[in-house]
Amino acid sequence: MRNTISILVANEAGELSRILNLFSSRGYNIETISVGETMEPNVSRCTIVTRGDERVINQILKQCTRLVRVREAKSITRFPHIEREMALIDVSAGSGTERQEILNLVNVFRAKIVDISHEQIIIEASGNRDKVERFIELLKPFRINDLTRTGCVAINKLFSSDDQTVFFEHGNENLSEELPI
Amino acid sequence: MYFSNIGLEKVIIRNIRIMTFFCIKMTINAGLATIPDTKCETDRASKSVLRGAEIIVKGLIKNGVDTVFGLPGGAVLFIYDEIWRFRNEITHYLVRHEQGAVHAAEGYARATGKVGVALVTSGPGATNAVTGIATAYMDSIPLVVITGQVPSDVIGTDAFQEIDTFGITLPIVKHSYLVKDVDDLESVIDEAFEIASSGKPGPVVIDVPKDITAKLSENPKKYFPDTLKSSAANPDPDAIKKVTGKLLGAKQPVFYVGGGIVTSDAAAELLRVVELLGVPVTPTLMGLGGFPTAHPQCLGMLGMHGTYASNMAVSESDLLFAVGVRFDDRVTGKLATFAPSAEIIHIDIDPSNIGKIKSPHFSVVADAKSALRAIAGLLENTEEKVLTDCRASRKKWWEKLNGWRNSVPLICERSESEIKPQMLIEELYRVTKGDAVIVTDVGQHQMWAAQFYPLRRPRQWLTSGGLGTMGFGLPAAMGAQLALKEQQVVAIVGDGGFQMTNQEIITAVQYKIPLKVIIMNNGYLGMVRQWQEMFYDRAYSEVDLSVSPDFVKLAESYGALGLRAEKPAELREVLENGLSHEGVTIMDIVVSKEENVFPIIPAGQDTRNMILK
Repeated sequence: MRNTISILVANEAGELSRILNLFSSRGYNIETISVGETMEPNVSRCTIVTRGDERVINQILKQCTRLVRVREAKSITRFPHIEREMALIDVSAGSGTERQEILNLVNVFRAKIVDISHEQIIIEASGNRDKVERFIELLKPFRINDLTRTGCVAINKLFSSDDQTVFFEHGNENLSEELPI
Repeated sequence: MYFSNIGLEKVIIRNIRIMTFFCIKMTINAGLATIPDTKCETDRASKSVLRGAEIIVKGLIKNGVDTVFGLPGGAVLFIYDEIWRFRNEITHYLVRHEQGAVHAAEGYARATGKVGVALVTSGPGATNAVTGIATAYMDSIPLVVITGQVPSDVIGTDAFQEIDTFGITLPIVKHSYLVKDVDDLESVIDEAFEIASSGKPGPVVIDVPKDITAKLSENPKKYFPDTLKSSAANPDPDAIKKVTGKLLGAKQPVFYVGGGIVTSDAAAELLRVVELLGVPVTPTLMGLGGFPTAHPQCLGMLGMHGTYASNMAVSESDLLFAVGVRFDDRVTGKLATFAPSAEIIHIDIDPSNIGKIKSPHFSVVADAKSALRAIAGLLENTEEKVLTDCRASRKKWWEKLNGWRNSVPLICERSESEIKPQMLIEELYRVTKGDAVIVTDVGQHQMWAAQFYPLRRPRQWLTSGGLGTMGFGLPAAMGAQLALKEQQVVAIVGDGGFQMTNQEIITAVQYKIPLKVIIMNNGYLGMVRQWQEMFYDRAYSEVDLSVSPDFVKLAESYGALGLRAEKPAELREVLENGLSHEGVTIMDIVVSKEENVFPIIPAGQDTRNMILK
């Protein structure tokens, strides 16, 4: 099952490789990973999307916590949460009708046009994974020249609090997405 | 930064490292590629600031280190200059191969519980140390290994004797450092000792580029003091209460105890709890010595080559009390049928060990000593009658246990014409009065020693359990003997493992360490031969070591005493003379060639498939 894990780790050279090594050496799988600073400049947050049943996820969390510089590792998916990823898509748009159709899609998906030329448009799209994927799928007929996607970032919803005894089913991903598409 | 390709972790790690190098390059003055190899004395008098190398050696001394095992090389010359300067405070033992340095440091650490220290150079020095570091990692042994590295500004250029030590050792360390700023060095050394010895101990690698060891530290920094997790996990009193209740209530309980008892020095607490409750105990290979083997409540070792009684007891127990263990496959065999009808209580200091292999019904994260002390405390406050009743209620269980013990005891093979390996261990027990510290290598001799040398105290049994490193025994015994000056330390090794690290005999001779090595010589890689005999149709593929050096002459050429016993009649005299000799002794004991270790539970099977002989 898909699970998003958030790891707070010291912002030091080599720490990310320690986490990645842990995943590869113990046979865990990384679907996406994204890393950024937190409010504290010496702490980074590493968001990893992985797969595994409850037991595997628990092991991943415990193994991560064992690393000396990891302050916290938790599963975001266990509680109501919001997940986002972003894509920059360079798509061909030579004719007027093509442009119009692409613009319509951009509007429907609440994406943004960030660059444009006579032949091409670069679109910035963000949302949960499904939304970004559907958007990309719909753009494919127009010929996508290039595509770059971030990994997933995620945060727990406000009401989820830190009551660790509550466990939600894994299927609650729908809950976390406020947009229909 | 983002990555989305599955399985690209390795590539990513390399990239991160390259990025690290760029960072270093930006912060360090260019032109350091050639660091003049000069003595550090020159400007020291005028300044109170210290050079990197001096910080390292003073840091070791500050952390209570008086013994270092190592071998110098280009990248650690400045450190060796300081080792020379501080030679009255810190004794360096020059090994002949870096693997020997790390094993010796491990032997030292296993024998004392203190942090062992090894010092090696960059490149091949570091790669040679890897086996030792991995051995320590698997058995949770506290080590600090300092590796030299090429100067910062040539890192990443494939410089002479450059290797990515940080990357190579990443999966086999508790923590590691690539020191990039001399001002971090003091804190790094202190923190390394804290990390290596606290919580679940383990090896820590400090990779120090050569220029860092030559630089002066103007403003020593504190290094991430807040990220160190407190590890003195005091057990939750409610959980302990619950555990104690379960222990009192169980009809057929078994204590399954491991290396955690030894590491946390919990033998006294364990003995107290076991005697109050009247329960049987079975130690793992790593737990041997944590509970006296000769104690009437000890069933003997558990697992693949454990006793019949131990394995049967676990199979039929209604409560398995697992303390300081990790449900290793050599213990559990087939997981599904391991302790099938037992409620499992697991106590371990490492949360990731709980549920990693077998999900317990109840668990407590705590070190063995504090958990057992808390349980003993509760039991001592329990009414005497409750305890007496509890012990009495297990009478039937004990009848069963004793039945297993008596029906299938460990069998010591005997012969008049050839020395049986079991006889050798029994004779050694008699000659040493059961008091020697036993260090083993890996293989058949290790199992026989575990079966036939009853142990009395923790840290009397030093062995490579997790990684199963052949070549461990001899250098580890040297380190242990160095630490335990007054005690008799005996290395029992096979003829295979002996030849992997026998170069360290000369180290022992040089420093007058009274190393005693018993080679159980059967002319085979014995354990592999046994498996080939039992499971591969006797196809003895590449296990024949009958072409070997004359170990007696070899010993003599090293300046050690070499002795040989080939007949049972010679055994006692050889052991007595060899062990009472003042210097290094190598005893070549020629044993019967095709003896097998029994009982054996074939890998991945359960007690029902136990082969008894």
